[in-house]
Amino acid sequence: MGKRFLSLWFRRLTTDYVSIRRPALLHQPFVLALPDHGRMVITAASALAMEEGIQTGMAVADARVLVPTLEVLDDKEGLTSKLLRQLALWCIRYTPIVAIDAPNGLLLDISGCPHLWGGEKVYLQQIVHTLRNKGYDVRGAIADTVGAAWAIARYGRVTPIIEPGEQADALLGLPPAALRIDPLIAGRLQKLGLDRIHRIAGMARQSLRTRFGNELLLRLDQAFGRADELIESVIPPAVYMERLPCLEPICTAGGIEIALTKLLDTLCSRMQHDGKGLRTAIFKGHRVDGQMIQAAIGTHRATHNIAHLFKLFEEKIPTLEPGLGIEVFTLEAPKTEDTGPSQTTIWEGAGGWLDKNLPELIDRVSNKMGADRVHRYTPSEHYWPERAITATDSLDEIALDRWSVTRPRPVYLLAHPEPIEVTAPIPDYPPMLFRHRGGLHKIIRAEGPERIEQEWWIAMGQHRDYYMVEDESGVRYWIFRSGHYKGTGPHQWFLHGYFA
Amino acid sequence: MSVQQDIIHRLQREILQLQGSRPPAPGQVELDMGPINTAFPNKTFPIGAIHEFICPRPPDEAATAGFTAGLISGLMQLGGVCVWVSAGRKVYPPGLKIFGVAPDRVIFMDMRTEKEVLWVMEEALKCERLAAVVGELRELGMTVSRRYQLAVEQSRVTGLVIRQQPRQLYPNAAVARWHVTHLPGLIGPDMPGVGFPRWNIQLSRIRNGHPGSWEVGWQAGRFHFETAKASVQEKVLQKLTG
Repeated sequence: MGKRFLSLWFRRLTTDYVSIRRPALLHQPFVLALPDHGRMVITAASALAMEEGIQTGMAVADARVLVPTLEVLDDKEGLTSKLLRQLALWCIRYTPIVAIDAPNGLLLDISGCPHLWGGEKVYLQQIVHTLRNKGYDVRGAIADTVGAAWAIARYGRVTPIIEPGEQADALLGLPPAALRIDPLIAGRLQKLGLDRIHRIAGMARQSLRTRFGNELLLRLDQAFGRADELIESVIPPAVYMERLPCLEPICTAGGIEIALTKLLDTLCSRMQHDGKGLRTAIFKGHRVDGQMIQAAIGTHRATHNIAHLFKLFEEKIPTLEPGLGIEVFTLEAPKTEDTGPSQTTIWEGAGGWLDKNLPELIDRVSNKMGADRVHRYTPSEHYWPERAITATDSLDEIALDRWSVTRPRPVYLLAHPEPIEVTAPIPDYPPMLFRHRGGLHKIIRAEGPERIEQEWWIAMGQHRDYYMVEDESGVRYWIFRSGHYKGTGPHQWFLHGYFA
Repeated sequence: MSVQQDIIHRLQREILQLQGSRPPAPGQVELDMGPINTAFPNKTFPIGAIHEFICPRPPDEAATAGFTAGLISGLMQLGGVCVWVSAGRKVYPPGLKIFGVAPDRVIFMDMRTEKEVLWVMEEALKCERLAAVVGELRELGMTVSRRYQLAVEQSRVTGLVIRQQPRQLYPNAAVARWHVTHLPGLIGPDMPGVGFPRWNIQLSRIRNGHPGSWEVGWQAGRFHFETAKASVQEKVLQKLTG
């Protein structure tokens, strides 16, 4: 099937935007202006102002002579591109590939989309009418090539929809400026009397190239469909993405759930077929009022289990505000991973690592409570206790190093070592007594010291001499002295953990 | 006489099953608790049940964590995963290794509030393939414990609730209530060092069993019951004398 493109042309993008926000300006000529070399230059003029003969590029002072009641508003840098981007995002509901066509248009790759709306005519009408109802003066055209759609949208007089393969006939009667060429070249062509495309289309390519450069030939080829042209979508389409347009806007939770199930169904069967599983998924709803709502989930192991994914999304559905209704739903999986052939039957009884129940539990917890709540640790090659473990979020990561049992490590470790006061007989001997939070503990037995040095390439500081001590009731503590024995000075000893 | 005894034993077993404590199925993990086994119904450690551990003081929590880690290592002996749910966790994963638990096979779920712990713990207990779920909670009321007990009777997961400094000890639906406290370490006389860990294990409530207290150590990767003495009779005596 051939490609089809739709070009939208906003004739007065910024002034339309201003009058949508301030309806009072609809009945009054106004212009937007920016300072340039010490004078105010008009950057956009409203329809009424244009009728009075005001052009863009005029100085405001000159325009005031023509229309004394002219309203002058400040233009904003970057307003056009911001508006175009917003409109492009809005158009995503009609096709996944929408490109910005600066300075005043949009390009939509609509191949394979219009039949969902019942044909190209209805499709185009719906887009243009919705935009006009919003208040934008817009023209649109559909053709086989970007160039032809662009030209027909701006210069076409007959029909906005060019049937497949007929773009050449439609283009021949248009002025050369419709070819998206430099205004300078267009002016020169006009001067030479080449005022219609059919006059240059028949000329020898060599002579056109020498006189007008390569650009004209390229644009000519692109418009006629002899050269390919790529457009860059505002949102790169995800490989795994499903869309669901709705006949009527959906505004109930039940409807959203049905849409979600349908999308999950198609997406998951596709992924299963490809041997993929998703790690993240985004469920989006495009609302009638142009807003977009979305819910995102993540999983700990690549999965295409519909029931599980639905459960993850289910908790987010109440947070989606349908407003006046949702027209189009999309579900995309930006991050996917290969999944092995499912081995559920083999692992069913083992209760092992690869069981699928566990990742699903973890997903449920981290989606409800937050992603940073579930931890799994693997050993890390550090003696410093706080750094001896690394958190990993993957269930498949196997501990590379062995867990060491040669050194005693407490079962409870305090997040911050708590200062204690001790009585030690000789330096480097374990203490006899220590006082922690007002309680006095008499030490009966002790093991140590185990000196742990700071890793200077990570952090500077004192080394620690750790002792494992037991008081008279059998409670075991892990205490340390920070640095060498100094004889004086408090807060040198700390309690860092409890042994079982 | 012996026929009557047999009938009574059989009926007792049936009642036990009706009450939710099933004997371990073949191929299922069985925990050998030495002399403590006599305290349990069916003479086996109740798997697929809720156990609560009372820790009035912070050091008891460490002792309890050690003892539970020993239990978990037994429950995980056939492979499997343990989930540790807590708010403000102090457990240091490398410290579990000495009790035979590979720390990378424990999933720590760190919640902010006790309410979140309640929800997560219940979800975890419903997850059939886990070996054990440890939850750190302050209170365990009747409603919560009953929900947990119903969940584990379905899923056969063993739930261990470590109650840190509980305010009240109301009756609840947990099968067993334990108190674990430190005892001086297992070490020969005149030997340097602190020796192997040793605890006083008090089983103050056990459904359909006999409460008692024992001295248990941990040595060479397993529970050490050498010094354990069944003090069931002692308990009875205590009760009689008031």
